[in-house]
Amino acid sequence: MFLAWREIAFARVRFGLMAAVVGLIAILVVILSGLSSGLVVDGVSGLMRSPIQAVAFAAGTTTDSAYTRSTVGAAQRDAWAEQPGITHAELLGVSIVNAHDGDAPVDLTLFGVQPRGFVEPAAAEGSALTAPDQVVLSSSARDAGVRLGDTVRVDRVGTALRVVGFTADQRTFGHVDVGYVPLATWQAIHAGVRPGQQPDASDLEVASVVALAGPAARAGTFTAGDAAADTVTRTTRATFGSSPGYTAETMTMTLIKAFLYAISALVVGAFFTLWTVQRTRELTVMRAMGASTRFLVRDGLLQGVVLLVVAVGGGVLVGLGLGALLAGTAMPFRLEAGPVLTGAALLTALGLLGAAVATVRIAAINPLTALGENR
Amino acid sequence: MTTTTTTRVTSGLVLAGVTLRYHDGDTTVRALDDVHLTVAPGELVAVVGPSGAGKSSLLAVAGGLAAPDEGTVEVGGTDLTRLAGSRAAAFRRRHVGFVFQSGNLVPALTARDQLRLVEKITGRPAAVPVDELLAAVGMGERADRRPGRLSGGERQRVGIARALVGGPSLLLVDEPTAALDRARSHEVVELLARETRERRVATVMVTHDHDVLDHCDRVLEMVDGTLT
Repeated sequence: MFLAWREIAFARVRFGLMAAVVGLIAILVVILSGLSSGLVVDGVSGLMRSPIQAVAFAAGTTTDSAYTRSTVGAAQRDAWAEQPGITHAELLGVSIVNAHDGDAPVDLTLFGVQPRGFVEPAAAEGSALTAPDQVVLSSSARDAGVRLGDTVRVDRVGTALRVVGFTADQRTFGHVDVGYVPLATWQAIHAGVRPGQQPDASDLEVASVVALAGPAARAGTFTAGDAAADTVTRTTRATFGSSPGYTAETMTMTLIKAFLYAISALVVGAFFTLWTVQRTRELTVMRAMGASTRFLVRDGLLQGVVLLVVAVGGGVLVGLGLGALLAGTAMPFRLEAGPVLTGAALLTALGLLGAAVATVRIAAINPLTALGENR
Repeated sequence: MTTTTTTRVTSGLVLAGVTLRYHDGDTTVRALDDVHLTVAPGELVAVVGPSGAGKSSLLAVAGGLAAPDEGTVEVGGTDLTRLAGSRAAAFRRRHVGFVFQSGNLVPALTARDQLRLVEKITGRPAAVPVDELLAAVGMGERADRRPGRLSGGERQRVGIARALVGGPSLLLVDEPTAALDRARSHEVVELLARETRERRVATVMVTHDHDVLDHCDRVLEMVDGTLT
């Protein structure tokens, strides 16, 4: 402590510059954590915040974009409903459509739900679905300018949907606001039935997936149900990767964060390596005076701890401040304590590892070199 | 060849038949060749000789920084050749003081903190009060200055105080006047001689500077690893 503090104060410009670099990395980690969490919410909050515990896709559906590729029918729903441990089994239609609210373009993920079924969300503002031409939208659509009573018209088929309610929180899928419509309405839109036309009976049989809930769905016990219904079922969380772009986005963010952690460890390690080399003469003298390796290494590590705690702490605070500004923009950004704290802890731990590797060379310093021509 | 320079003492430094070899490429060099040396408490012994004669090796062996291949090294009655690694370091902390060329002070520390650092390293209070010792070496007024704001002579005075603050029984001094002018060289060695006698320390000073030898109790010459 004695030497560590004094050396930091003496070399404050060097330590300050290093702290600034680590602080900037910490800011980046916070921003990336916010972006990661924001992208997750933007990508799959429609699923995360639903009561659906498992999703049954048509057998053979590829994992990528499975929600919009899968097609199931009432027979499969009924097969699942008969499974022990399944309390709810409902058809759910999922499709991403372009629409217009007046002249304003609006992109929507239409969730076709059974009215008053377990998937239909409560409307925090307005009312629940009571007629075929109604839609309950994600609260984020209201934030984007859509109002209660507006009529949203689906492009190409021209179906008009009256906005009767908004959910309490953001419900998005594939970065698009979710609109909850009656399943029959979704089936008609999905089949391309225009207003005034009558859908074929077969159009009203299909949906995208079977939404499941119950102890068996929660426990992930799907073998018997899949065999009976000819489906492939996964827990809701396991289906996040089937949301458009979800896997690519989360992998990209994870990769960038991993690089940042590695860069931080290398930068801190390089700094302490140079710092140790610069101090070699006085370290050698102290070794000759009888200073133990533990005394000198502890001193070096303490400097690492001070540098990292101050730099990462400062960087996280600045990052949180910047994040608060970003949270009010169109950028998918969401600050959550868990990922931010985990990122800060990882940054500190890996930086300290870098510092520790660098200070190990202290143990190899030969006190003999303090004397004579070896200096 | 056997070289013996002995004074009747009961403690201090005693080197008996010390030989130190090291490898230089394919050849083996005798840095110290059957060296016998006794330095009594309160005695300042100067060792002069050309570069490569083995002067630094003598300090290294006497201070427990290097173990001799043959012979024994006793400091205050303890055989250093029986100590290794952390035990040798612990012995140095308690009983050996080093004065290095140019002081070799820690740049981040003030003169006062240079001495307090010794307390931290040894884990025990200074044998002599820090400010009292700084005043004794003429640095009381500059106790709060870092090495960068001290002259060469002042840095060397602080170096001497740092070596003495732990109350060592052996003081090993490596070329203390190498970076000083003539007047400062005399001041520094005079100070060393005074502190050696007042504090009853056995002091060995390696130097090239023949001008300062008058302050020493004995002068020995080292050539090719042997003392004469």
